[in-house]
Amino acid sequence: MAKPNKMQAAFTELTPLCKAMGMQVTDVGEVDATISMPYSVELIGDPDTGVVHGGAVSVLLDSVSGLAVMIHPDNIGNTATIDLRIDYMRPAPPGQTLVARAEVYHTTQTVAFTRATTWADNPDKPIAQATGAFVFKRKADI
Amino acid sequence: MRQPQEPVQQVKKRRDSVLNTFVQSVPFLKFMGISFERRGDELTAVLEYDPKLIGNAVINRLHGGGTSGFLESTAVITLAWKTIWDSMEAGELDLEHLNHSSLPPLPKTINFTTDYLRPGLPRDAYARATIVRAGRRYASVHIEAWQDNRDILFAQASGHFLMQAVKQ
Repeated sequence: MAKPNKMQAAFTELTPLCKAMGMQVTDVGEVDATISMPYSVELIGDPDTGVVHGGAVSVLLDSVSGLAVMIHPDNIGNTATIDLRIDYMRPAPPGQTLVARAEVYHTTQTVAFTRATTWADNPDKPIAQATGAFVFKRKADI
Repeated sequence: MRQPQEPVQQVKKRRDSVLNTFVQSVPFLKFMGISFERRGDELTAVLEYDPKLIGNAVINRLHGGGTSGFLESTAVITLAWKTIWDSMEAGELDLEHLNHSSLPPLPKTINFTTDYLRPGLPRDAYARATIVRAGRRYASVHIEAWQDNRDILFAQASGHFLMQAVKQ
């Protein structure tokens, strides 16, 4: 894991919905990426508790998974989500920033498979986990 | 028993005010620009296009996570709506003092799978949820979303939801 370079850090800035939700790229690795999302009352899904909406968590997990695919060393060009499945394990604690990390665990010529997790303060207590399939274009062997 | 000759305006007002109470209680719906249109008990969710919903600014396509959130919201509100329908129609709700605390809590998402069939175009999107099964505790819902043509889906999803006990 390393701090993102300028281009990688600009991902959330250049993605309007990520920017609107205040997301930031905090770490990138060879085949993984980490993005944080600050708490906002605009994103509340449960008015009784102040817990953020599952849809906001979807945006975070889809974004971080897509970023991990985009920066994958074998990928050329962009990506798009083919399929994303999210398991909601516990409510996001109100007021806390969420951290999400995704890794690309397998690639074919045309598809990248991802796993992602999001948590608040303890990575061992995940709020949600996602598995996805993304559009992938493998670099030609040189 | 409710009078069979209940004025149509009263029927519409009752249904619309209950639906609006659910929708307005969720800040995320306002953030996303999601509203609901009602025909009888049938709901159609509308995602009003806004440039902030874009996920790929190069080719100008909707964010997949945003699309997923739109479909999940459609499922949650439709489930809550179908759950309240009978007691609403039986006249059991106090419409004068309607707020989200007097309605059952919204269902909680257990899991949600979105199938991105086509890129989301930079324009309004629509979605309808079908409740495949709603038990006392769990519900299974399928959602379809389209843009210009009802028969050309740009996303579909299915999810499981935990139904909440009615508040005391």
